[in-house]
Amino acid sequence: MTTPTGSQFVNIGERTNVTGSARFKKLVMADDYAAAVEVARQQVDNGAQIIDVNMDEGLLDAVHAMTTFLKLIAAEPDIARVPVMIDSSKWDVIEQGLKCVSGKPIVNSISMKEGEEAFLEQARKCMDYGAAVVVMAFDETGQADTKQRKVEICARAYDLLTGIGFPPEDIIFDPNIFAVATGIEDHDRYGLDFIEAVREIKARCPHAKTSGGLSNLSFSFRGNETVRRAMHSVFLYHAIPAGLDMAIVNAGQLDIYDQIDPVLREACEDVILMRPVAGDATATERLIDLAESYKGQDPVAEKQAAEWRGWPVEKRLEHALVKGIDADIVSDTEEMRALTEQRGGRPIEVIEGPLMDGMNVVGDLFGSGQMFLPQVVKSARVMKKAVAHLIPFIEAEKEEGAKAKGKIIMATVKGDVHDIGKNIVGVVLQCNGYEVIDLGVMVPWPKILETTKAEGADMIGLSGLITPSLDEMVTVAEEMQRAGMTMPLLIGGATTSKVHTALRIEPAYTGPVIHVLDASRAVGVASKLLSDTLRDDFVAEVAADYAHVRDVRAGKVQSDLLSLQDARANGFVADMSDKSAPPLEPGIHVFEDWSLADLRECIDWTPFFRAWELHGTYPAILKDEVVGESAQSLFEDAQAMLDRIISEKWLTAKAVCGFWPCARDGDDVTIHLETEDHVVIPFLRQQVKKSRDRANYCLADFIDPVGDWIGGFAVGIHGIDEHSARFQAENDDYSDILLKALADRFAEAMAERLHQHVRTDLWGYSPAEQLTNEALIKEQYRGIRPAPGYPACPDHSLKPILFDLLDAPGNAGLTLTESYAMWPTSAVSGFYFSHPDSSYFGVARIGRDQLEDYAARRGVDLSTAERWLRPNLD
Amino acid sequence: MTPRERLKAEAAKRVLIFDGAFGTQIQSRKLQEADYAGNLGLSADQKGNNDILALTRPDVISEITRAYFEAGSDVVSTNTFSANIISQADYAAEHLVAEINLASGRIARALADEYEAKDGRPRFVAGAIGPTNKTLSLSPDVEDPGFREITFDYLVDVYHQQAAALVEGGADFILVETIFDTLNAKAAIFAIRKLERELGRDVPIMLSMTLTDLSGRNLSGHTVEAFWYAVRHANPVTIGLNCSFGAEQLRPHIQLLSRIADTLLLAYPNAGLPNELGEYDEEPHTTAGLVSEWADHGQVNILGGCCGSTPEHISAIAAAVAGSAPREIPRPATVTRLAGLEPFTLAA
Repeated sequence: MTTPTGSQFVNIGERTNVTGSARFKKLVMADDYAAAVEVARQQVDNGAQIIDVNMDEGLLDAVHAMTTFLKLIAAEPDIARVPVMIDSSKWDVIEQGLKCVSGKPIVNSISMKEGEEAFLEQARKCMDYGAAVVVMAFDETGQADTKQRKVEICARAYDLLTGIGFPPEDIIFDPNIFAVATGIEDHDRYGLDFIEAVREIKARCPHAKTSGGLSNLSFSFRGNETVRRAMHSVFLYHAIPAGLDMAIVNAGQLDIYDQIDPVLREACEDVILMRPVAGDATATERLIDLAESYKGQDPVAEKQAAEWRGWPVEKRLEHALVKGIDADIVSDTEEMRALTEQRGGRPIEVIEGPLMDGMNVVGDLFGSGQMFLPQVVKSARVMKKAVAHLIPFIEAEKEEGAKAKGKIIMATVKGDVHDIGKNIVGVVLQCNGYEVIDLGVMVPWPKILETTKAEGADMIGLSGLITPSLDEMVTVAEEMQRAGMTMPLLIGGATTSKVHTALRIEPAYTGPVIHVLDASRAVGVASKLLSDTLRDDFVAEVAADYAHVRDVRAGKVQSDLLSLQDARANGFVADMSDKSAPPLEPGIHVFEDWSLADLRECIDWTPFFRAWELHGTYPAILKDEVVGESAQSLFEDAQAMLDRIISEKWLTAKAVCGFWPCARDGDDVTIHLETEDHVVIPFLRQQVKKSRDRANYCLADFIDPVGDWIGGFAVGIHGIDEHSARFQAENDDYSDILLKALADRFAEAMAERLHQHVRTDLWGYSPAEQLTNEALIKEQYRGIRPAPGYPACPDHSLKPILFDLLDAPGNAGLTLTESYAMWPTSAVSGFYFSHPDSSYFGVARIGRDQLEDYAARRGVDLSTAERWLRPNLD
Repeated sequence: MTPRERLKAEAAKRVLIFDGAFGTQIQSRKLQEADYAGNLGLSADQKGNNDILALTRPDVISEITRAYFEAGSDVVSTNTFSANIISQADYAAEHLVAEINLASGRIARALADEYEAKDGRPRFVAGAIGPTNKTLSLSPDVEDPGFREITFDYLVDVYHQQAAALVEGGADFILVETIFDTLNAKAAIFAIRKLERELGRDVPIMLSMTLTDLSGRNLSGHTVEAFWYAVRHANPVTIGLNCSFGAEQLRPHIQLLSRIADTLLLAYPNAGLPNELGEYDEEPHTTAGLVSEWADHGQVNILGGCCGSTPEHISAIAAAVAGSAPREIPRPATVTRLAGLEPFTLAA
């Protein structure tokens, strides 16, 4: 990720600019337009949101070159999808270019250089052609150099343009970035003047944008890439918060601000921000002195890069694996294979030798806590690419695959669709030399058993996230028992626990059953289970532990339960004079495509890191002594992917919500539909005996028996499959897991954002609410949105009722599996309660009396209700 | 009030009704070569040159237009989809382009005035401009993707000539319809801007895109949203979709456009999809049922029909949406919006 800060900042690629790219110039001069078009494609593939096309070169017929190139890229949908910036100092080149562009481009640039009349004439043309325009801070007397001149000229241009009806949002000011540290004192202010001018122009000219050409800034340090990159990054770091919206810049010419050598960074900041410096030397002199030490040197990273590229191939493979660098892995693997062949070896030895050695280093570093999950997954990506390259050679030899340490079947059980955790565990196991056969999600038990037998697998790993999956895991265990299997069964996933495994799953199967708390434990568990020497002791130890858990549980004096009648008598009494007014906009509201850019702003990052087993609170986690570096790197990758998800519209956030008149009836809430149908939603009440005067809560307590309103919502993130499939095809588990984790964040953000919209607008009971994102995440607002399947409302089977009320399939494209998991996976649904006293609580353990009562209220038989509520029963 | 203001004022009261197809109506009359050719003495066969009927059988055009007014149309279009020099060259009738447009405009104008005088309800004439059969964004030669059959400047002249004649004939608006190539539409907008400057007054533009695939793109590859950003500078009095497929397939795209376009929305889909014989057999009440759903959801301001639709379809639509509330024009945030084939928004 090269964009220093600012999620909306647009980096305009300059590689299709003959003045910015020597290579592009050479191609165009040689009339090699086919290759020139590829440059554009590469730029877009690498995430350019806009491409700048410039053909201003003395020896070129710029009109011909511009129009030829624009017509050619128009024929390439993967390039033409992004807007074009037509860049020329000659109006004629621009105008002829405008005649070839079918979307809405940006003209770069026009100015008042030749007076108001010519300026407005060109602006009118831009309006007629339908283009936004970059306006240079240039007037009849010349280019603006001081802050005052920059602001004055831009303000004058703004007034003139808006005066002829030019849309202000289509004006982009370029207040001229000039070279600093030239040794001429007058030039010292140039950087700061630009930044300050940007701030004032943005305030003075509503809706207008600002841009600049960055390479000028460091002109004095031509040939000294290290210093130039540092200057550019430091400049943007300060200009973007001041309001700079875009810049033409070689993305490769930027460093991450935090990673610049602090001495150099300070020196650059002194120069650009004109900070007073101690001592005799000026800031410029200091930077020039400092620059000497970087002269002729590639930046540190590049130096390192060059260095490791010179190592022997075995070391290179190890380095690539440990660092997760996949750029050269295929060629290095091929080199290793050819070398092995020369030595009379076989392709398989490349895997068994250097690649596995490298992965062992990764495994050791991970095991000793020096590497973290995101890095390990990146390493796995490199490994997969290397192995993918070797497989055809190995198959050609018709040999067996590398002898894996063991073969493991992994599956998310039937009815469940969640697989991030399972995928992570799979990757970690593969990294450590296990062969993993991943059966995917919603896998019925017969398939698990059949595959296990057919593959001769050594163990089975089951995963699930929602509570009904726990039952399904018991079923798998029972069926394994029936089939006479004896291999170990591993249990993992968010709702699983050692207690549940010990209490419910282990008794169902006589083979070893092990609950694996997180991915980092998976390798240890697997290796012990497959070790001749350690296995028996380990299995005995776990079995004893689980027996102990059962004993403790059996002997445990459980907290007393009240009778349902007494619990109801101790229910929470809400003051119904405080209840919310009816919704301003009752009925169903559908949001087909909520802005992802908007959602990005309200992402709660802490759970994202937790998904990667990095524990800590965002943003502090980025600076954490132990996992900070890993978290930062993951965060940057996430930001880069977010940029693409948003700019390339990978995903669509759909949502539906609705509000219905209702009334409380005991522990039920009865919804009155317009059709005069009633829909009854039964809720559960806490039954655990409370200390002091605390109430036994039920969600129904927050609803007025004489008439009230309840809401519901469902949100889902669509579109992940295509990209997920692409990553999988590229052996890129890292990006795949990252994408899924981000989609989950989007779903949560969508739920949060929608709830806010409901509170302030649709229901409108808190119209004046003003909360920071932090406050939102902490839920410091009035009203709650409990979800079926979560503690306040633990019954997943309420989801179909909610989905019917909302027509969630029709309105948000969401469906339910037989275990009530939502599809697509990144989805959230729930009810809205608006009473000021409504709060979250856990229903926890309930008694038989409530189970029977609930079964009757739900109209289902006792065993069905028991299945639904098992986690809340003894 | 200018025609733009009058249309907006009417559209604020109710869902307005556009007309239906001319082609199907003309076909059903089984006209012969002599009907088309008249005594113009043209060198090529004219059968199929529907637009020239304005000169040779004005009674037919008048009758069809009248039928649409009778069916309840508030806005009728001129029968000039192919009345430009590129298309008329196929009939060796290029020199008659101005005359055809002028005559067609006058026929529609006279009837609009007649109906308005009868009941005082405003009637409007949209001078229709088709896309021509040439495209500015695509090369007809797969070997040479940079090749173009025509230039932007030439197409501007083509459109300018047609638009000028339509306005002279009495058109209130210029309807640039069935836009399969966004750049062609941009040339049309450029031409009309030029005409406005010459006339010294507003010539309101209606823009109507046609989708060529179900994913919601036109032939030049623009999504509906990208198209809107690419042509928004026209300050069109209406934006919308026509032809494409039937109403059912257009639904999601109308929904999207309705949300983002801060101007009136005009939709006139085909009467369903053609059957195996290339005929449209969707019943009037079926079409009306589908499009009135958009009205029910407040997604359209003006509804009509394209290929295969008849006065019966229009009358069914008019009946179905009578009393429906018109779409409220959204007011999207002022942010920089650009477009490649896909939209690009730079938030504030």
